[in-house]
Amino acid sequence: MSSGKVELVEILRKMILIREFDQLAIELRKARRIHGALHPYVGEEAVAVGACAALRPADRITSTHRGHGHCIAKGADINRMMAELFGRVDGYCKGKGGSMHIADFAIGMLGANGIVAGGMPIACGAALAAQLEEAGGVAACFFGDGATGEGEFHETLNIASLWKLPLLFVCENNQYGAGNAVESVRAVTDISLHAPAYGMPGVSVDGNDVLAVRDATGEAVERARRGAGPTLIHCKTFRSLFHAMRDVPPPETRSADLLAAWRGRDRDPITRFEDYVTGSGIVTAAEVLAIRGQVKRDLEAAVDFAEASPYPDPKDLLVDMFAE
Amino acid sequence: MREISFTQALDEAMAEEMRRDERVIALATTRAPALENEFGKKRVRFTPISEAAFTGIGLGAAGSGFRPVVHWGMVTFSFVAMDQIVNQASKIRYMFGGQADFPVTYRCTTGGGAQTAAQHSQSPYSMFMHLAGLKIILPSTPADAKGLLKSAIRDNNPVISFECSRLASITGPVPDGDYTIPIGVADVKRAGNDVTVVGLAYYVREALAVADELAAEGISIEVIDPRTLVPMDAEAIRASVRRTGRLVVVDEAPATCSAASEIVALVTEDPDTFHALKAPVQRVCAAPVPVPFSPPLERAALPDQTRIKTAVRRVLEGAAVAV
Repeated sequence: MSSGKVELVEILRKMILIREFDQLAIELRKARRIHGALHPYVGEEAVAVGACAALRPADRITSTHRGHGHCIAKGADINRMMAELFGRVDGYCKGKGGSMHIADFAIGMLGANGIVAGGMPIACGAALAAQLEEAGGVAACFFGDGATGEGEFHETLNIASLWKLPLLFVCENNQYGAGNAVESVRAVTDISLHAPAYGMPGVSVDGNDVLAVRDATGEAVERARRGAGPTLIHCKTFRSLFHAMRDVPPPETRSADLLAAWRGRDRDPITRFEDYVTGSGIVTAAEVLAIRGQVKRDLEAAVDFAEASPYPDPKDLLVDMFAE
Repeated sequence: MREISFTQALDEAMAEEMRRDERVIALATTRAPALENEFGKKRVRFTPISEAAFTGIGLGAAGSGFRPVVHWGMVTFSFVAMDQIVNQASKIRYMFGGQADFPVTYRCTTGGGAQTAAQHSQSPYSMFMHLAGLKIILPSTPADAKGLLKSAIRDNNPVISFECSRLASITGPVPDGDYTIPIGVADVKRAGNDVTVVGLAYYVREALAVADELAAEGISIEVIDPRTLVPMDAEAIRASVRRTGRLVVVDEAPATCSAASEIVALVTEDPDTFHALKAPVQRVCAAPVPVPFSPPLERAALPDQTRIKTAVRRVLEGAAVAV
């Protein structure tokens, strides 16, 4: 797929923004300035950004507990994301959701989800809506390798394929379901092999290669838009950090060699893409620096926005329970 | 007024709402030929037996602009979809700060009395009442069933329609044309002065039968049908109890943490109503067992008219009932 400079710069900017957002969130959480549990997306940025680069604004996605990357990739406002982490009224959910439950229905982001595979049927419903609307819309559900152990994964694959729904199953195989390495809990670790069992194409791609993810998603989107049904895209990536933290990050139990291999400049999704766009002369090193500077300023502004926003008033506790 | 069955009334509600709003779609594991013929297979889907998936599909389609009506079959099967009900449907609006509406209706049959044994004879209303975020309707007549289901489909929230199996074939007067019954409004099915009997679903009929019988003894029973369990029309029940001073609640679920328990709590925690009570309240509920298969055992497990009468007499003990 051809790529213009504007698109490539935006891909790079979003990946850097996701990385820096989550690194900042970790520091804010350690400093007890934000609350609750945090699941950083560090190392997996190419999956969300690559997949969302192949979607239109009106297409709908569902996310996971590790959802900040999907929000940013789909175009969420980092000010409102940050305000949500701070538990403030200007957060996406007015402080009612927190890190694990950010949604922005206006941009087709139907929610992060604290339940493994819990978003998959919901995305399938969005795909059914798109099929009924006949406007060429598609839906995508992001899920981890761990979700393949859930019944909702299998049920949703079957129905989506049976009804030829315009749905993309984007598996981010980050090698771990919470604390368990994928090979210790899965009989089959090539997630794409589930696809033929449900009569749909399955592809495996290097999930740290953002353009490979974008192109695989683009093919699946094209197939979905013409009514040929869903595709399972297995993106092999790596959870560079921990599963979750509360007050402090949990101790690292994985080998230094393994971490070094995945975090290396030639394998990390961001440095690798940065080297590609600068090496091929599309983007200059100065432009990369400018992007990084702008991301830093945007994040500082997001924290300022969040801290300037008030906490919710307890008198509003019951607001938003039921629609009129 | 014409008389049709409970099931026919529900079928009419479905067809009329699908006619009224093309965004209403139906998902069920069993085929609905009449609906399929009129509205086509795109809007009337029969699904694989994958309750978790189609419960969530309904929710996702609701969040994407449609008004799905999802039929679980028996309530028994909803338990397979508990993640989508408990973690998703009941929480999705509030958790996301009210930024979207989820107008999905979940239908299912409930209740015992048909020798379908433990798994398929359940009335677990209170399990769902406990989840803040779901509205729940529980009609006892064909007219209420039609009007409430139409309200549920038009409601912008997840609504569960519990449809009592033993009522399926009963008939009753149903108005012609379009009408709705508001969610959250109880109905006085029979006015009376001595005892308030709150019945749920099939037990509204049983309470009415008892009221007829005891009227011959000069006992005047007021029968109230909440019709909606969430939101519960507590004030209608309290107002009745403040007049009668006596309360019996009949529910075919076991008593522990039941809808009956909730009704009793709503009545007794209200100071004015509490002070108006002339006798301890009585719950007539199922025995705390999985509903057994064999007819004599099943009859022993579930409430019946005899037990309702006993409870009524108990709350009247010591009372001088006007003849």
